[in-house]
This record gives sequence, structure tokens and C-alpha cells, in this order.
Amino acid sequence: MSQANLEIRRISGHAGPVPGAGVKREFEVAKLVDTTTCIGCKACEVACLEWNGLNFTDTTFDNSYQTMPETAWNYWNLIKFDEQHVMADASLVSYDDSKAGGGGSLMLLMRKDQCMHCAEPGCLEACPADGAIVQYANGIVDFQQEHCIGCGYCISGCPFDVPKFSPQSRKVFKCTLCVDRVSEGLEPACIKACPTGCLHFGTKPEMQELAETRAKQLRDVSGFTNAGVYDPLGVGGTHVIYVLHDVNNPEAYGGLPKDPRIPWTVKLWKYPLKWIGNLAMLGGLVGLGVHYLRFGPKTVKEDDDVKEIKKEGPQP
Amino acid sequence: MSERYLLPNGRVLRYSFNERLMHWVAGVSYVYLLLTGLAFWSPWLFWIAVVLGGGTISRVLHPWAGVIFFFSVLWMYAKWGPQMRGTERDKEWWHSLPHYIRNEDDEVPSEDRFNAGQKSLFWGFLWCGVVLFLTGLVLWEPHWVSWDLRWLRLIAVILHPIAALLTIALFMIHVYMGTLIERGAFGSVVRGDVSRKWAARYHRAWYEQVVRDAGADE
Repeated sequence: MSQANLEIRRISGHAGPVPGAGVKREFEVAKLVDTTTCIGCKACEVACLEWNGLNFTDTTFDNSYQTMPETAWNYWNLIKFDEQHVMADASLVSYDDSKAGGGGSLMLLMRKDQCMHCAEPGCLEACPADGAIVQYANGIVDFQQEHCIGCGYCISGCPFDVPKFSPQSRKVFKCTLCVDRVSEGLEPACIKACPTGCLHFGTKPEMQELAETRAKQLRDVSGFTNAGVYDPLGVGGTHVIYVLHDVNNPEAYGGLPKDPRIPWTVKLWKYPLKWIGNLAMLGGLVGLGVHYLRFGPKTVKEDDDVKEIKKEGPQP
Repeated sequence: MSERYLLPNGRVLRYSFNERLMHWVAGVSYVYLLLTGLAFWSPWLFWIAVVLGGGTISRVLHPWAGVIFFFSVLWMYAKWGPQMRGTERDKEWWHSLPHYIRNEDDEVPSEDRFNAGQKSLFWGFLWCGVVLFLTGLVLWEPHWVSWDLRWLRLIAVILHPIAALLTIALFMIHVYMGTLIERGAFGSVVRGDVSRKWAARYHRAWYEQVVRDAGADE
């Protein structure tokens, strides 16, 4: 889904400079998801399918309101439902643990799960295909399926389990943050569909301010003393940010990682190993060339034949 | 020994037809793996994948070439494994390595059919081949490994290129030795034979045994 009118900040698997970097004036955009006002209506899920022209697929019933266990290559936006207990100190405890400890009041957490559009995207770092993943200057991380080679390395790089492989097309898909709408000055389809106003879209600073205001309100007025904003710095911040009732326990919201980072093996492979490997390969080639110039080929001597041992018979 | 190793016109059979076939199945599949692998390794080399039919085709065929390579390495193990075991002679050979590198071959001890360096190449390719095959299986189809088993994928992501780099080091030395340094070695793995002088020069212990066996047959 190439957006030629958006300035590109990073390109996966790309040799040389990024074309056009720093030319245009761009705002960083962000989506704000206020989990405290979500009612789990799934209008955003339907709007996502509608706008992106995705087929309707079977849902999976698992004693929950959740449509399916995880997002899929053709289902990019999923509300995750979790039954938790709010304890007296406003912390969230899973249903089973609270039964053991006693107390707390039941709460159904609903978090809209989609691509987080990281400022430092692990998918893009891990991708070997030139131009298959781009990050625009506005912060949107977008997969370009026509350049995707289907290796699935983006799946290894992502700390959020977002990119999903389609075996039919051998390409990987995920939320585009409706880059086609945003580049035309429209808000993403999910935002447009939300009936409670729990979804907001704007510049990153605006959304951060709104999120902090809401978190403060939750702390001061609603008794959620652990309320806060989820904008994890381990991936340089994200362009989808959450307001959570208990920011200390993001795992309670369908497994949102507490400190997401690009996996260290991916980092090790992409930075030190790549340089060590490249230098070693080049050094090896140079070394062999120098060896050849210095010593040249081995030679067979005329008296090398061993006539004297011929037909002596087998040795013990 | 049913096969005749001493040939007319001063030639010695070094590699049988099966050994040559085995070598080139491994060789061709390895070169394809190397080229496509390098394309995925560095953006500066991605053009190789484009030349070889595009990134997607390269990504689809790379694992299948890997299967061919792995089984050809196992074939080598079945055929050459016993000849590749270390011997006392190998220790002497390692001690004389500086002489060998400087082409002072008179100072290098008599060598078996495979010298200690060739044996190291064999074991290096075998063990790296096993690592590459196992990690390659993990990485083959992205949907084979679930999110809960993600650690497998993360281990594979780092071990696969490390093992590949080790094989590249071995491969560069192997090709250099076989084509530019020991003239006649490349021909031996194509046509199968070497001159008696070549055999006596580089693998004297093996050649002596061949001559003795020929004498015993007659």
C-alpha cells in the first residue's frame, strides 16, 4: 500500500540513504485507545474489515466475548477481553488469583489490539527485503506486500505478535493505521466507527496530553490510583498509545508486554554480527588474494613419484 | 579392493563417480544457498536475489536447496565418515601448518587420502549443516512456530547466520585450495583422476597404500 505522497523515514533491507528523508514537514500521528471507556462493541473491528476490504471470517467462541484468540492476517483489529478483579489498592489481579486471595470486584477489561506502530519497529529491523516495510515520517509503519518475500522475519522482530503470515499469498499483513486515509487527511476507520469516543486520533503530542489528562482524572476522581499511559520506551514509544486502569500490569490486558523490546538476538544479528561477518568475509577474500600473490600455487616436483615402493606387496 | 585405483598413463583414481556426484550435488546446492543467503543477509547484496528470479522465489527455493544440501552432507558422512577420523598423523600435519601455508611441502608430513585440513572442512560442514538444517526448519514456514514457542525462532535467527558464516570461511578456503593452490585438485573432483606425482606430493601415505594394494592384486 504505497503512499507516494508521504515522506519515508526508514526502509527495510535498504542499501544506501533513504530517499527524501527530511524534505517535507510532517506531524507524528498517534492513535489513543482509552481502555477505560471501551464498551467492547467491536464497531472498530467491523470498520477495519469494511475499509480495508477484508473478507469476513469465522469467529471462534472460547467462553468469552472475544471474536478470535489472536489477530489474523486478514483480521488486523481485535478487542481482547479479560476478566480481572480490581483489588482495594486499585491493582488488577487475575480472576483465579483473586479467588485465592479473596476480595476485589470483577471487571471486564477490553483492549483494542492492533499494530502499535513503534518508533523503533522490530519488524522493519528484522526484514531483509528492500522496501517491504517502510516507516513514514508521520510514524506509520506500513508493509508493502509487493516487496515482501514471505520470510516471516518481521514476526521474529515484533515484540507484540502483530505481523501475521498468510500461507495462501506467502505475504505478511497487519494494521496499516489506515495510511491511505491518513495520507488524505482522514482519521483511521476504527476511530471513525467508535461510538463511545474511547478512540482518538491526532498528533502524537496532542494524544499524549489527552491521555495524561484522562489518566490523571482516573487517578484523582475514579479511584484508579495506578492509572497511566502505555507508550513503551523500549521500542522508542509507539504511535498507538493506551490509557490503562493499572499501568503497572499491562499483561492483564490480553498480554500487553510490560517492557517490549526488539529481541536481543535480532539486535545481535543485525548489528554486531552483520559487521563482524562482513569484515570477516572481506578480510578472508583479501587474505586469500594476498596469500596467492605472496606464495602462489603449490608445485608438483618431478621426482615425486614413488617408484621404489611399487609392488612391494601389502604392509602389515 | 575391487576398484582399480592405479590407472594407465601415470594416473591415479582419486574420486569415484559416486563421490564426484555427491560432491557436486552438495556444491551446487551450497552455492545456491550461499548466493540467496547472502542476498537475505545484507541489503547491499539483495540484488543477487533479484538476479536469481526475485526475492520471493529465492525465499521459496532456499529451504528446499537446504534439504538437498543437508542430505548430500549426510551422504558424505555415510561415505567418508570413517576416512575422516583424526589420526596421529593429523597432529603432525597441524604442527607443520605454517610450512603448508608457505608451500614448503617438503616439510609437511606424509598425508592420508584426506589431510587434517580436509578433515576439518568435512566435520565443519557436517556440524554447521546440522545446525543450519535444524534452525532452517524453525524458520522455514513462519506459521509453523507459534508465539509461545517464539524463543525457538529467536535462537534460530542468530544461530543460522553464525553457522552460515562458519561454512563461508570453510568454503572460501576449500575453493581457493582446490582451484588455485593445489593445481589438479579441481580436475580430480570433475574427472576423478590425478597424476601419480600429484598423489605422491599431496597424499603420499594414501598413494603408497594404493600402490601396495595394486601390487597385492597382481
